[in-house]
Amino acid sequence: MTPPLLELRGVGRSFGGGAFARRRVRAVADVSFALSAERPEILAIIGESGSGKTTLARMILRDLSPSEGSIRFGGRDLAGIRGRRERLAFMRQVQPIFQNPFEAFNPLKRVDRYLFAAAARFARAATREDAEAQAEGALRQVGLSLAEVKGRFPHELSGGQLQRIAIARALIPQPALIVADEPVSMIDASLRMTVTNLFRDLRDRLGVSILYITHDLATAYYVSDRILIMRKGAVVESGEAAEVLTAPRHPYAQLLKDSVLSIDGARPDAALPATALP
Amino acid sequence: MILDAHRPARAAAPAAALPPALSVRGLRAYYRVSHFGIRREVRAVDDISLEIGRNEIYGLAGESSSGKSTLIRTIAGAIRPPLYRVDGSVTFDFPGLGRRAIYEMTPAERAAIRWGHLSYIMQASMSVLNPVRRVRHSFRDFAFRHMARPEPAFWQAVERHLERLHLPAAVLGAYPHELSGGMRQRVVIALATICRPDFVIADEPTTALDVVVQKDVLAMIREVQRAMGSSVLFVTHDIAVHANLTDRLGIMYAGRLVEEGPTRALLAAPRHPYTRHLIASLPRIGDRTPKAGLGGSPPNLAAPPPGCRFHPRCPIAMAICREVVPPMEMAAPGHRVACHAASGAAP
Repeated sequence: MTPPLLELRGVGRSFGGGAFARRRVRAVADVSFALSAERPEILAIIGESGSGKTTLARMILRDLSPSEGSIRFGGRDLAGIRGRRERLAFMRQVQPIFQNPFEAFNPLKRVDRYLFAAAARFARAATREDAEAQAEGALRQVGLSLAEVKGRFPHELSGGQLQRIAIARALIPQPALIVADEPVSMIDASLRMTVTNLFRDLRDRLGVSILYITHDLATAYYVSDRILIMRKGAVVESGEAAEVLTAPRHPYAQLLKDSVLSIDGARPDAALPATALP
Repeated sequence: MILDAHRPARAAAPAAALPPALSVRGLRAYYRVSHFGIRREVRAVDDISLEIGRNEIYGLAGESSSGKSTLIRTIAGAIRPPLYRVDGSVTFDFPGLGRRAIYEMTPAERAAIRWGHLSYIMQASMSVLNPVRRVRHSFRDFAFRHMARPEPAFWQAVERHLERLHLPAAVLGAYPHELSGGMRQRVVIALATICRPDFVIADEPTTALDVVVQKDVLAMIREVQRAMGSSVLFVTHDIAVHANLTDRLGIMYAGRLVEEGPTRALLAAPRHPYTRHLIASLPRIGDRTPKAGLGGSPPNLAAPPPGCRFHPRCPIAMAICREVVPPMEMAAPGHRVACHAASGAAP
């Protein structure tokens, strides 16, 4: 049997606790889950701010090392990755997408250079033509073309375009897993669906698995196959997206679902009872 | 029709009995910059007219760079270069004070109506409260001057107000960083409403909060508004928040108001193609039918497209849309829309 694409076992991470720190904060505690290698899927990780979802993403990206437990990618423990060659091989497989596309790109740098750099570094593009072909191919996957992007600075593009370029950049190494931390929370509603639809498309057409980290239950329901709800660093509920969000069992998951404001037949007085106040 | 059955009088004729609390007429506000002799003009607010009734929560929705923040800044009279008011008027009608046209007042007169009559709730609660001073000092700094009463009576009033908002008096002794985001935002709301203003402008006050906290803060805003009978101009890009809070809703696109109506009627039957798309594309729990994104990008306001600014992205654009700016026209009682295809015609 092939090992899972990604497997977390009892992963935890604490901050602080040094000689002068007053207390130790446990950002993530005992998180376990796995993504199958055979069947690509979109797994949503949902939680409020401070629930540890970004810390978890950073550990999966090898940006932080877990203080407890193990993270395995394709059967290989991330803690065992040594040297430039192994690091590059890992980065080729696992690519990040960040929340704010305006901050992810250097405002003084033309955006196409990110694509060419990724092609040279990860996709072994030796010549300019080769890099351009790689960039063009990746941009086509996200509904853009090199002609639209070439020579442009970040401020000349909209948030939706920039986020799609960020996704195109992540696609150049042909990764097996994309870790997207709040990828749509900074972009406009009219463009949000374009990006979430793109995730579905990447899963179905290119077989890329996606960790979709968000606090927005509605888009998580729309796009993901499975859902993991985190609170204070721990997973409180997980399962099929439709099941978890239509009939949550954990009290926190229920509270979260009840707090989602609906636009259908919302009645200001009924939806917001004064008794909701502490 | 479900035209706001629980508040029929206000929804049908907001301005019938009393003059509106705020009327904006033909307002234009542009950013004018000049770099190395090249002049650029960004038309962030272009010909907007609207009225907000007494005791009403008016919602303003729009995407980033649609001009909603510029509009409320211009309405509040809080503009500074490179933003200029080019044309139009902003007139408040404060009970007990009478009509006040913001752009006919001196800066001192404008400062005098702040807090007491017109107040502002901002998004970044952390940057409103002084981070190195206790909340108590922020109350004194902002409100003491406007309350015009001796110190013991002032603190009594502050504590009474906090109690009314279900906030413990202990928050006065806390530093902002000791409070959670939701608590800080509640303190900012308490601060903005301490003088019982007639008109409150709220700019994305819940956007940075988690859903659970957001719901409580919205309930608090609603309660304060009810208790004081003030008017609120509430700005957020989140349509679901509008659906649960506002009485009337205005939709902005690229510096213009494109649709306005009673919130529930507008959400149930949007007429402008942009509003229709916006509402149809909202993901809902329990619904996984594929939803299309809108093609294209929001226009550059330094060189907006001629005619209707939405026409390059509009699925039903006609020849006239490329040339003539559609006027805001009454499509149903209290429901205005700026679209050549939608005005008059039923959806």
